[in-house]
Amino acid sequence: MLKRNALLVAVATMVSALLAACGGGQDRQVIQNKGSDTLVNVAQAWAEAYQTVDSATVVAVSGGGSGTGIAALINGTVDIANASRAMKDKEIKLAKDGGHNPIQHIVGYDALAVYLHEDNPLNTISIEQLAEIYGDGGTYAKWTDLGVEVPGCKDQTMVVVSRQNNSGTYAYFRQTVLGKGDFRLGTRDMHGSKDVVDLVENTPCAIGYSGLAYATEHLKLACISAETGGACVDPSVATASDGSYPIARPLFMYTNGEPTGYVGKYLDWIKSETGQCIISEKGYAPAVPVNCG
Amino acid sequence: MKKQTLAATKVSDFDRLNRDWYIDKTVQALVFIGGISAIIFIIGIFVFITKEGFGFLVGDFSFKEFFFSPNWRPTSENRATYGILALVAGTASVTGLAMLVAIPFSLGTAIFIAEFATGKTREFLKITVELLAAIPSVVWGFIGLAIMNPLIIDIFDVPVGLNVLNAGIILGLMAAPIMTSIAEDALKAVPDRYREAAEAMGATRWQVIYKVVLPAAKNGLLGAVLLGVGRGFGETMAVLMATGHAINIPTSVFDSVRALTATIAAELGETAVGSPHYQALFTIGNSLFIITFIINLIADLVVRGVRKG
Repeated sequence: MLKRNALLVAVATMVSALLAACGGGQDRQVIQNKGSDTLVNVAQAWAEAYQTVDSATVVAVSGGGSGTGIAALINGTVDIANASRAMKDKEIKLAKDGGHNPIQHIVGYDALAVYLHEDNPLNTISIEQLAEIYGDGGTYAKWTDLGVEVPGCKDQTMVVVSRQNNSGTYAYFRQTVLGKGDFRLGTRDMHGSKDVVDLVENTPCAIGYSGLAYATEHLKLACISAETGGACVDPSVATASDGSYPIARPLFMYTNGEPTGYVGKYLDWIKSETGQCIISEKGYAPAVPVNCG
Repeated sequence: MKKQTLAATKVSDFDRLNRDWYIDKTVQALVFIGGISAIIFIIGIFVFITKEGFGFLVGDFSFKEFFFSPNWRPTSENRATYGILALVAGTASVTGLAMLVAIPFSLGTAIFIAEFATGKTREFLKITVELLAAIPSVVWGFIGLAIMNPLIIDIFDVPVGLNVLNAGIILGLMAAPIMTSIAEDALKAVPDRYREAAEAMGATRWQVIYKVVLPAAKNGLLGAVLLGVGRGFGETMAVLMATGHAINIPTSVFDSVRALTATIAAELGETAVGSPHYQALFTIGNSLFIITFIINLIADLVVRGVRKG
């Protein structure tokens, strides 16, 4: 899929180059866009769709990870860097030392859903409770600690499902739910969001977390409250984009200085309803509420 | 032409520097290089792994933490800890259970092949055992994941079937073929006159095996078991898929664990080259290398012991 998209972009590039050449000296601009693998599918969809909007501008998209994109921005080799995390202070300083001025644009949100087995009677869970379940030194080990009894889960011991320790999802969940703390030992560390979802689906005792885009109808998505007993928010594209859902991470694009000209036009289009509908089609939440019909 | 040369060659001319002499020397050299290449590779690999892990050994490494702490948190924001105790316990528990599974199987098969089976049955069994050794480990892992997992959940009524029991059984079946082959060799090495003598004394077949053949083959059988242990320590893919991959010192066979090898396989791909985490993974690799080396060395010495005796 990824490769095919890349091919399409390449073909689109060539076709538009040809058109530009035939058009008689019309200038063709290329936007270099690089970074996050989380965002790469969306970025390619944007690049493809933008061809119909402005055929004189070609967007060249590549992945490689947030760090790769940010490094390229620091070195001044890209126009737009994609990142699923904010730039670190050290990176901003490096960029400024090199005479670049990174400007952050939020282009969407990725909501992390807390997944439960469909038979689990629990509906609401708070960030504090999640920290007691996932955190080092946490006190919740059984479902009865949360005041529920899960049918089909024999001694009510939770099966806590997490991710391998160098995943971006793992790092974001740790930062948001555990703050400065660490995960406890003994969690089952899956290698991929799909594996987490599969395990929780087949295990009544299980609890796990992963991107909302991986939800299936055989899973229950917990309603998350900031404090125990407080009002909770269901994970959805809408609650992620209005900021009410507490564990949604913003997805960024960085430009060098306030974008102007064709780069500015492209970013404005991404933030427009058309652009935002494309990101929500890909399973992420748009940065602004949109009505895509 | 050739005939002529041969005819002209006298016994005293064998040392002459003709074409045959050069071919002979070249082949000798090639065979020698082939012979010592294993040693060169072993040393090369050892040097490479040690070099990659060296920065960790002189930096964040603490002997006490590394070997006696269960806290494996290489990406912690607070304080990264590199304790492999739980991982060692995981590997050891799975290998231990695997041996409990594999020893009766492989010993039984070896005794049957060496002492009872004859003719076609024997050949067929030997080939089948060798075929079993050729099943790729990822296929075994898949069996653990797709067949054993629901089976264990059903039979034992536990929440998750990816645990020590699952991986132990899978690993036991994987180690059994090689153990069978070595054990069979050991049994075949017992001279027939031992058996004949025992039979002449009026021993039954079982008495011959139990009282004469097994004690005589004891070292070879121990060597077979140790090789199986070495196989268990080094196995990665099947263990990664069947253990549940949870850092945990197991208290029952239904606990999920994580193996040393599986940790390297799961984490190395996405680790920044040269970071302490990367180097710590190489240090784990080094420890594994040394452990399997020692086990294989002991196995070899033990097997050698029986051949001399």
